[in-house]
Amino acid sequence: MTTQSPLHEVHTELGASFTDFAGWSMPVRYSSELAEHRAVRETAGQFDLSHMAEIEVTGPEAGHALNYAMVGNLAGIKVGRARYTMLCHETGGVLDDLVVYRPGEERFMVVANAGNAAVAVTELTERASGFDAVVTDRSAETALIAVQGPRAAGILRGLLESVELDGGLDALKYYAATPAVLGGHELLLARTGYTGEDGFELFCPAAEAPAVWRRVAEAGEPQGLLPAGLACRDTLRLEAGMPLYGNELTVWLTPFEANLGRLVKFDKSGDFVGRTALEKHSEPEQVLAGLRGTGRRAPRHGYRVLDGEREVGEVTSGALSPTLGYPIAMAYLPPRLSEPGTSLSVDIRGRPEQVEVAALPFYKRAK
Amino acid sequence: MSNIPENLSYTKEHEWLSAADGVATVGITSFAAESLGDIVFVQLPAVGDTITAGEPCGEIESTKSVSELYAPVTGEVVEINEAAADAPELINSDPYEQGWLFRVRTESMPELLDAQEYSKVVEEGE
Repeated sequence: MTTQSPLHEVHTELGASFTDFAGWSMPVRYSSELAEHRAVRETAGQFDLSHMAEIEVTGPEAGHALNYAMVGNLAGIKVGRARYTMLCHETGGVLDDLVVYRPGEERFMVVANAGNAAVAVTELTERASGFDAVVTDRSAETALIAVQGPRAAGILRGLLESVELDGGLDALKYYAATPAVLGGHELLLARTGYTGEDGFELFCPAAEAPAVWRRVAEAGEPQGLLPAGLACRDTLRLEAGMPLYGNELTVWLTPFEANLGRLVKFDKSGDFVGRTALEKHSEPEQVLAGLRGTGRRAPRHGYRVLDGEREVGEVTSGALSPTLGYPIAMAYLPPRLSEPGTSLSVDIRGRPEQVEVAALPFYKRAK
Repeated sequence: MSNIPENLSYTKEHEWLSAADGVATVGITSFAAESLGDIVFVQLPAVGDTITAGEPCGEIESTKSVSELYAPVTGEVVEINEAAADAPELINSDPYEQGWLFRVRTESMPELLDAQEYSKVVEEGE
């Protein structure tokens, strides 16, 4: 039994192909994932991310509870801003990577991956139990729509009736969020995303999501906005060098191995789950690196990375990059082999293909 | 709804064949192309290769997945579609005409599915 998004009917009307993703039936593509990918890079794309979990943490000690529960300094987030962080196991392994928003002094919203929603809710509830804070799972009643791409701001600017932030949408910084009204619908407008482009994420009540989606689609269409599915979301985030839980991040890996050690704030006051283990883990034996191939055969998840005949690592994600035109991948490698320019190969279904270690991200938008 | 032309023969591996004068033209069906998504790379057998029915003879890769191309018949490859190799999007846009893959000279045609039988395979797969 799969869960349907509050936008399911809209997707069906648009002729989407669906895929099962973490127990949700979500659009994998509407027509062509390459066209959708290109739209996000050149104009704009609209994604349904309602499968993601929204967990509200409120109360006078909400910030302290989050500081104990996760590796970042979440109590230090300014009201109206957001931060990328990790929920770790006692062993230091990553249970989920999340974005924490602070819409109010005593109100935080934690956005977790669909596949880790249950773990995130359980762990946050348990870890917050010693604090004056309440954890509430708002996932079922909340829809999430992302509008990403160079024209996203232009499309939304014309649609928003009001933005609480002084200066409006244009004053909204990357990793910031503000209440706003679009088509009469109150929503939380965040300048965040997972595509490597400028873009926004709109949190709104599930029942109002179809109306919000249609307003954006109507206004965006003349601008080249396309509905975009999970297939292009994956190639977009890969080009942008962003990790995907289950591929680059697992409970068997620490944030240090994923090159995200900077997220672990040892200098924050108080203990946090995983601190002791992470303090010992700061010299990883394997690190996440980028690979760039030649030809057109792409390394894929699970393929072996070879140094000569010897297996030295494993590919976590890979694809023929739609923007760059050559194969790109991420892989775990020993630090001594992770320098950009290092020549290695990947066993692609029995045939070794030459690759070179490349700096991440593969793609960076022009400012 | 997938397009399944009446005049072609099919395999359970979602390939189509059109045979004339001992030469079979082979491609993948629109159902296969749609399931794969945008095809970005195709590795075809070489002209002169002998391929064996039921054995892999190439690869077809989309951004999301890769699948093997199975030889639907035994015989010698006499021609490959260079246009489709250069522009694999032809396989998505026109799988039964411009997106054909290769031609095989064969002495015996195996038992294949007709359009109706193949549409049942597709329905079960959906």
